[in-house]
Amino acid sequence: MPTSTLSPVLEGELEALLEAAVSETPVEESEALAAPDQAAETPVKQLVIINWSGEYDKIMPTLIMSSAAAASGYRTSVFITFWGLLPFVKDQRRIVGESWMQKTLAFMQRPGISHLKLSKMNFLGMGPWMIGRLSRKYNVASPAELLEAAQALGVEFIPCQMTMEMFGLKRDDMIDSLGEPAGAATVLELMTQPNTASLFI
Amino acid sequence: MPAVDTSAPQTGTILLDAKGLKCPMPIVRTAQAMKNLASGQLLEVLATDPGAVADFAAWSRSTGNEIVTSSVEGGVYRFIVRRK
Repeated sequence: MPTSTLSPVLEGELEALLEAAVSETPVEESEALAAPDQAAETPVKQLVIINWSGEYDKIMPTLIMSSAAAASGYRTSVFITFWGLLPFVKDQRRIVGESWMQKTLAFMQRPGISHLKLSKMNFLGMGPWMIGRLSRKYNVASPAELLEAAQALGVEFIPCQMTMEMFGLKRDDMIDSLGEPAGAATVLELMTQPNTASLFI
Repeated sequence: MPAVDTSAPQTGTILLDAKGLKCPMPIVRTAQAMKNLASGQLLEVLATDPGAVADFAAWSRSTGNEIVTSSVEGGVYRFIVRRK
């Protein structure tokens, strides 16, 4: 646009606007240039799983995804809560809890990684028996085997303090090498880290 | 996948037999075996899980450990991995 057609006042305003725009550009450019350097220091990938369920068909994805993530170099944390605590009770504990109600709950839902039910088609143990047969036939790793591998690869299992108390579970009832019991704020902090995938299972 | 002759034993190459293992155990066992390797050392992994092909490629991209060769022969996948 030929500037001669504009009034001197408008021309002056335009120049001022242009100068302002130009003076801002280097700042934006320097930020854009800085981005690749920040990308070079990409924070480590993380996987966070809230494991709420205690059945075989829910524990399996938790253990498979967490062990695969740890094997792939992800920092991996699994927050175990509510029914999801029971598979992480020592296998040999039959009845856990202090009150009769807590003990009855443990009686109705036997804890331990080797005593998992199915979330559907349980049929008084018929379903788990068939899945067990099939998984052995097709050489699928057992939950106990996957749990051992996950722990060996450094997956951190964090028990929920609140539900441990509600179920009357003691640290000694739980398998070894669990993380310190924690709560919702701890998980939220983990889940909102950069480069983090979060799952609720 | 091209057939690669890896029959000549390479010095210092560790063998991991993951035949018969299903997802995620081939990469889980590989990751565990890598811990005992020095940087630059090779690990030869044998697997029969067809899913391992995609999984090893993804695992390599995630961890930065290089897959030197991958081949298949008679239903057995052979990956040679160099520790980063």
